[in-house]
Amino acid sequence: MKEPLNTVTGGGLLLSGNEAIARGAWESGVHFASAYPGTPSTEILEAIGEHYPEISAQWAPNEKVALETVAGASFGGARVLSAMKHVGLNVAADPLFTLSYIGATGGIVIVSADDPGMHSSQNEQDNRLMARAAKVPVLEPSDSQEALDLVGLGLDISEKFDTPVILRTTTRTSHSMGVVQVGPRKEVAIGGYTRDPRRRIPIPAFAKAMHARVERRIAALEEFGDSFPLNRIEKGTAPLSIVTSGVSYAYVKEVYPDARILKLTLTWPLPWGLVARFLEGAGEVRVVEEGEPFLEEQIRARFLLPVEGKKHIPVEGELNPGIVRKALAPATAAEPSFAPAEVPLRPPALCPGCPHRGAFWTLRKVKASSTGDIGCYTLGLMAPLDAMDTTVCMGASIGVLSGLEKAVGREATGRLVGAIGDSTFVHSGITGLIDHVYNGGTGTIMIMDNGITAMTGGQQHPATGRNLRGEPASKIDLETVCRACGVKRVTVVDPHDLPRMEKVLREELAVEEPSVIITRRPCVMLRKPGKRVTAELDREKCIGCRRCISLGCPALSFDAGEKHPVVDRMICFPECRLCADVCPKGALTKDYDRGSCDAGCN
Amino acid sequence: MQGVTDVLLCGTGGQGILLASEVLCGAAQLAGLDVKKSEVHGMAQRGGSVTSHVRFGGKVWSPLIEEGCADLLLAMEKLEALRWSHFLKKTGKALICDLEIMPMTVSTGQAQYPDVEKGLRERGVDFVMIPATQEAFALGDSRVINTILTGAASAYLTLGTDVWMEALRRRVPPKALEVNVRAFERGRQLAGV
Repeated sequence: MKEPLNTVTGGGLLLSGNEAIARGAWESGVHFASAYPGTPSTEILEAIGEHYPEISAQWAPNEKVALETVAGASFGGARVLSAMKHVGLNVAADPLFTLSYIGATGGIVIVSADDPGMHSSQNEQDNRLMARAAKVPVLEPSDSQEALDLVGLGLDISEKFDTPVILRTTTRTSHSMGVVQVGPRKEVAIGGYTRDPRRRIPIPAFAKAMHARVERRIAALEEFGDSFPLNRIEKGTAPLSIVTSGVSYAYVKEVYPDARILKLTLTWPLPWGLVARFLEGAGEVRVVEEGEPFLEEQIRARFLLPVEGKKHIPVEGELNPGIVRKALAPATAAEPSFAPAEVPLRPPALCPGCPHRGAFWTLRKVKASSTGDIGCYTLGLMAPLDAMDTTVCMGASIGVLSGLEKAVGREATGRLVGAIGDSTFVHSGITGLIDHVYNGGTGTIMIMDNGITAMTGGQQHPATGRNLRGEPASKIDLETVCRACGVKRVTVVDPHDLPRMEKVLREELAVEEPSVIITRRPCVMLRKPGKRVTAELDREKCIGCRRCISLGCPALSFDAGEKHPVVDRMICFPECRLCADVCPKGALTKDYDRGSCDAGCN
Repeated sequence: MQGVTDVLLCGTGGQGILLASEVLCGAAQLAGLDVKKSEVHGMAQRGGSVTSHVRFGGKVWSPLIEEGCADLLLAMEKLEALRWSHFLKKTGKALICDLEIMPMTVSTGQAQYPDVEKGLRERGVDFVMIPATQEAFALGDSRVINTILTGAASAYLTLGTDVWMEALRRRVPPKALEVNVRAFERGRQLAGV
């Protein structure tokens, strides 16, 4: 976030939902925040780190640890915030479900940034269902202003009702910018720690009382929601009455402005008194919500009324004004202007110069592939690299390889490696590696160490030697960790040193004992390229074999008419000469410019 | 919604679309208007097709532009102009950078890069090709393509020159400001108004 743009009038700031949450945390006196990066939540902690030094903020190795540390800080009376993407909440589910019983001393807000439409995710889970399963209240902002306000309101609810609170955003509230009115920071004193085992140790004898308290809390929150200022009935004259929440509210206001609306913001537990008042005398009622029929099913089950939602609005994908218009007021749709054009797809690809390219290309060369993981390197599945067979969740590359070996033996481990990034390995790969070695696995794990959490835009982690604010920090040594897990064969290789990469891969795939290859080369985002050097083609030497094209580099395309590759000089990365190295005729040449590296790893 | 201007920016990851849309939002906000903008981050940015929705006016509700409603399509890459042209309304205008970036599907021979001008003409899209690659080269900085396009867009939007300059000043790093101001002015001249 750069210098905020103040309007000439009004004094508002243009903030994304994520930036607004960071601002809301600062204004409401949050003392401590912890997160693991994940789209679309990452910018919350980044903005806190960059703009709000009053908040102690850190990257955790994973979401579970992040939530555990904010829980501890809450026990000490601090106001706390943790942020994660929707699937991150699965990782943090263990502390969440019990923290629900234990409650909050200092206010706890957990941001769950859901990603309907899967812009950068592997599923579309709706974490309002997680909140209900954990029996904690959930708040849904409709825009950046509400995102800011709901941090403070959420902390108040957390402290008043002794519960963690989930602030559930979706991609379009996380990443859309809107004008926000801001205020000063409210300084809140840290309450301090008071020992209270009966309250904080859920052994069955204590937990029974805790559960009873949770049930009473839900009833109290239902009543509280009736007068919660961001739950409201808006008068209207249109034929349909609309129940809505989150960004869907904005779409309804856009395409169906005269509707009578029940705008819900505290969406679990539902404010039944308010809902009943809305339904009284309402004609036909539609529920407009992204994701699961969460509001719809609860309202229908309670009032036994023919309330309709997902009959008209898809469960899958994210909503947009066009979908909502079609569901509510199809007659108001403008004449279609131009039909969508049929054009070639432009899928994302590994960057020019990406260190993962050399590793995946060599995997294919030795006729191997990988069980994959979550990160930029998941793009290793794309043609022409085509070097990944499976991906499940953070850290699963290792467990999946190990399990495949249990089923088909060396058929798996002779031709597959477990491919996992450095940040993902620290997140949840280490336990998988321990299991692999402990239970007699013989497969090869390839830790693709580019020195950063790359997919989310370049965040530090415990193996980079820097913390969230870029200050020097303790750096765990991946080789030592692997050896400590019991791996005797640990090899570090530069993935752009293709002959060595190939030799090491062949050796480790052949050997029948667990091994780790660390492919170490910094992410291109960390490099400050020196002088602009691009690959040059000698057309006399080129035989049009397309071997360079098999690298899948976005800077190389093939001129089918002329039968030779074309280098895009705008994006060719100076400190990479993979194409020159794979050319069998020496037709591609490049002076190698090492440049310099932020991570200091030349 | 009445009084709202919709501008869809498109291109490929890494082309500076975010900067262009921030400058546009800044100018609208400095003009005292309500503004919303939306885009996605993460995997979509790794060289994939990228859009940014910018909406400004009296009161803006939706952060997303409805298909068939955009007043202006600002394309940093030719193929992307064709891909997103259905967002334009019939009377809308497309301003297109003449740059061609081959998607992986074309590089690997699975698809052919289409004749974009022909495609747009057949569909009846009103467009202006901006020779921004050549102009950026002449200005000595290939990265200012986005600002050239922003300058071109300014010719079609009713925001004063002063707010554009102020928005540029606030968003562009000081040492790159001068070349960006020149790029903006050149773009405005090339807009074909």
